[in-house]
Amino acid sequence: MKIIVCIKQVPDTKGGVKFNADGTLDRGAMLAIMNPDDKAGLEAALRLKDQYGAEVTVLTMGLPKAADVLREAIAMGADKGILVTDRVLGGADTWATSTTIAGAIRNLEYDLIITGRQAIDGDTAQVGPQIAEHLNVPVISYAQDIKVEGDKVVVQRQYDDRYHILEAKMPCLVTALAELNEPRYMTPGGIFDACAAEITTWGRADLKDVEDSNLGLAGSPTKIAKASDKVRKGAGEKVTPDSPEDAVAYIVGKMKEKHLGGL
Amino acid sequence: MNLAEYKGVFVFAQQVDNEISGIALELLGKAKELAQPLDTQVTAVLIGSDVKNLTSTLAEYGADRVIVVDDPELKEYRTEPYAHALASVINEYKPDIVLVGATAIGRDLGPTVSARVATGLTADCTVLEIGDFPLQPVPGKEDEQKHNQLLMTRPAFGGNTIATIACPNTRPQMATVRPGVMQKIDPVKGATAEIVEFNPGFTPNNKYVTIKEVVKAVSDVEDIMDAKILVSGGRGVGSAENFKLLEDLAAVVGGTVSCSRAVVDSGWKPKDLQVGQTGKTVRPNVYFAIGISGAIQHVAGMEESDVIIAINKDEDAPIFDVADYGIVGDLNKIVPQLTAAIKEALANK
Repeated sequence: MKIIVCIKQVPDTKGGVKFNADGTLDRGAMLAIMNPDDKAGLEAALRLKDQYGAEVTVLTMGLPKAADVLREAIAMGADKGILVTDRVLGGADTWATSTTIAGAIRNLEYDLIITGRQAIDGDTAQVGPQIAEHLNVPVISYAQDIKVEGDKVVVQRQYDDRYHILEAKMPCLVTALAELNEPRYMTPGGIFDACAAEITTWGRADLKDVEDSNLGLAGSPTKIAKASDKVRKGAGEKVTPDSPEDAVAYIVGKMKEKHLGGL
Repeated sequence: MNLAEYKGVFVFAQQVDNEISGIALELLGKAKELAQPLDTQVTAVLIGSDVKNLTSTLAEYGADRVIVVDDPELKEYRTEPYAHALASVINEYKPDIVLVGATAIGRDLGPTVSARVATGLTADCTVLEIGDFPLQPVPGKEDEQKHNQLLMTRPAFGGNTIATIACPNTRPQMATVRPGVMQKIDPVKGATAEIVEFNPGFTPNNKYVTIKEVVKAVSDVEDIMDAKILVSGGRGVGSAENFKLLEDLAAVVGGTVSCSRAVVDSGWKPKDLQVGQTGKTVRPNVYFAIGISGAIQHVAGMEESDVIIAINKDEDAPIFDVADYGIVGDLNKIVPQLTAAIKEALANK
């Protein structure tokens, strides 16, 4: 079985968000990590590899330094890493990102493609389903469990108030939730392999069956009209009462003043 | 693509088990607002099996027209037949704008359809308005500025930044919208809409997946998105049992208990009660944040609340940066006394 896992290097917005003195986001001070949903997708692929034997290829699109997440993936147990990087691919929205990744995947053989549900920088959840659409394969989003039975995948697909157990014939694409599993750590042997591993680098010329008009900033149908760091509503009052009784008196006083909760 | 051919504001009227989802009505409310400056109609696209009885509700909440795609293949949501249905409607009726709920269904359907009809899609929007793109004309290129564009504003970087996005050169302009952000209109009893039945034909292919089982979460909990008062607990509450303190307070103020992600991860409360980026967006009149540190992902789901009252023993907790009233102290001592005091105050009114 051949599995492709699409991963993304993202700034760590969870917990480690750093701000400049003026309240704007300090991107330079934030760590670059493997996107959590993607890491769960990789772990799911590695478990299938452990169970059935599979070749796991990790693929990312980004700046040259995104090769770091490919090496991390190889250190966890992936077999090969492919970096898609080219200046003309920069500024892509989800449409142009998905056409790029689909163009790269057309060069590869695969039974299963796994992506994360969404990346923590953009939070769109769009690129996985859009890749599937370009490749004309079925997509199952929001996977909380992935099994393989013969030439089929059986997936628990999460919804707001239920889940479906879905079966699809491979090849197909599944988007993974971070809740899916607890990703393994890199192994010493894996880290050694990762240092030695050769990362395949592809540029624009290596993408198959994609028009220039569907790539990069120019090929993105959505355009940013305005972007700004969020201006949060300022903090209100903060008090440190001497006793619980004072705390209660303060809260009840405010609730009465503002007529909250029927007071 | 002749952009002028594309007209009207369309809403994907999500239904599950033949019940209209709240988001569909919220989107109709917004669509009605957007249709005004464009001087156009609001169309609800209703997709399912035996769903024709739902059209009157859509009319009462603002649809001028309902396009019904009704087919046995559409009984339960599956990506392919639904994407085929919505993409076929778009190709046939050429809408200017298509709004889809940013639900676990819409966030799968939206990207698939937008890729199929080759247009842009902006995810998880919190503000939609009609305006110009670019926002300001470029000097010397004033005539290139486009008017009557859908401007879609959304948070990114875990809610740390906001961006306003347009889709100036392709149609339709598509957006998914977070539930709980837009306002439904007051239903107009007896309002009617033009009903159009449309069936593009459904022939199963490699993209039709098989549903082997549907497992519904057994839950009789109140929807926290409808609550006027939320008493929300975080990791600081300490245990599932200790949520009793919050439940008592909620009972006295007529509120509902909700929680942070840490509480769900610890197995203390079900996911339906989770507020935040990976949970629900809420905007109650009063939000009690009790033992919640206030991670940015949590704040993103509750910062629009009218009044936020936070109780936390850590004076540096980020929740105090968004709270209207922050109390540094021990929730175990404060909350029971607060419940008693409010009960007494209400009794004496």
